[in-house]
Amino acid sequence: MDQSSSLKFLGSWADSHTHRVRLALELKGLVFEYQEEDLVNPSPDLLRHNPIYKKVPALLHDGRAVVESLVILQYIDETWTDKPIMPADPFERAIVRFWCHFADDKLGPAVGLVFSSVGDGQKAAVDGVHENLKLLERELRDGAFKGRRFFGGDNIGLLDIVLGCGSYWLAVFEEVMEVKLVDPDTFPLFHAWLRDFEEQKEVKETIPPIDKLLKYARGIRQMMLSLSTDTITTIIGAPATGNTTSNNDAAVEEIGLLQESIVL
Amino acid sequence: MAAAEGGEVKLIGSWPSPFVLRARVALNLKGVEYEYLQEKPGPKSELLLRSNPVYKKIPVLLHHCKPVCESMIIVEYVDVVWAAATRAILPADPYERALHRFWAAYIDGKLFPSVVAIAKDEPKMAKVEAVEQLHTGIKLMEEAFERLSKGKGFFGGDAIGYLDIALGCFLGWFKVCEEVTGLKFLDEEKSPLLVGWAERFCSDEAVKDVMPENERLEEYTKLCRAFAAD
Repeated sequence: MDQSSSLKFLGSWADSHTHRVRLALELKGLVFEYQEEDLVNPSPDLLRHNPIYKKVPALLHDGRAVVESLVILQYIDETWTDKPIMPADPFERAIVRFWCHFADDKLGPAVGLVFSSVGDGQKAAVDGVHENLKLLERELRDGAFKGRRFFGGDNIGLLDIVLGCGSYWLAVFEEVMEVKLVDPDTFPLFHAWLRDFEEQKEVKETIPPIDKLLKYARGIRQMMLSLSTDTITTIIGAPATGNTTSNNDAAVEEIGLLQESIVL
Repeated sequence: MAAAEGGEVKLIGSWPSPFVLRARVALNLKGVEYEYLQEKPGPKSELLLRSNPVYKKIPVLLHHCKPVCESMIIVEYVDVVWAAATRAILPADPYERALHRFWAAYIDGKLFPSVVAIAKDEPKMAKVEAVEQLHTGIKLMEEAFERLSKGKGFFGGDAIGYLDIALGCFLGWFKVCEEVTGLKFLDEEKSPLLVGWAERFCSDEAVKDVMPENERLEEYTKLCRAFAAD
């Protein structure tokens, strides 16, 4: 593959949106330079290239920045057209885009809520994940993705990348939170797809080792639990019932940023 | 008028929705004949629930009876399926496409919630933030227009493009926000390029017959707020 242009990408090692971009670049066989970003202290580079959101990932192609992971993935696919990750058929493309939106709009936040839930809220959060996984399982069983190995068909496609890069958090949260999220009996097809996805060469090269992710998640969870109950409700988004100290405010911000990286 | 590509085209929608308007403008730009199915107030229709079981929301495009959901996904679908009909809605260049998609996502993620908060008359704090967010957003869109239009009349250049549709279909609701707050969001002084663009967008053949009249939108907003207050 001819790649005469320069590619650099700013990301963060535990951020699932960063993994999406890395996986797409790897699948396309592209050569790129990577710059690790501290989520809490973005570099001047990142602030310059993503002034609106100030977040990873940011892809720099010949110095021009593309940000927002779904925008980046489509950009990569439309610029380097070998080994396409989007289907050719317009209706299939619409289906992929729809479920990508679902991943970011419904499933991801539901998974994030499990991680930030405390006490009685945890069961409701787990139920929320199950409700959303049911929708995907149904599509795999009877709907748009019936009979397929991957969402993209025989090969990993854009939707596999979007769903897959973040689904590892399901296993991590199962362990850290001691909950069951992907029961192979309830979600056999999703479970099988996820195991297959995680075995792929480029995926193994992209996703960090599970023990590193576990340690990271445990650290954030401990930070959260060490704060007051009021502060935790602030993180979850419910109205706080009391005052938080300025130390708590900084910790809340940090946890919020770190948590955002842990989404499907 | 473009033929319906061997299959009938239907659009499930609701007249106040800026998202439905996006789909209608895209179909009109391509000259597609379609049946418009207006959702009645009250319980959602069987067809809508069957066509969009995940979100149960409009717009839904039905082409060969197959549903396409989400407004900007519909716009991209229409652009490709009726590619031969007229000029493209999305730019050809991948980088420009990325910019159009980025800003469309920004509009949905940041501007839309602000519009809702203002129109619905949310509690004071939320409204103050929403007003600020809308001002900021329009300023950014003014800058984006300058870069993307390259001196031409639309974000898409000579004609309405993807980002024109994404933003333009909110123009009626920006006016409602101005009515509600007594503030100016699109004004000659701070956003002159967008003011000119707004006039061109609203008077375009593909838009003018489907853009809801202001008075009607304002009445609708008052009704919603009265209903919510009860």
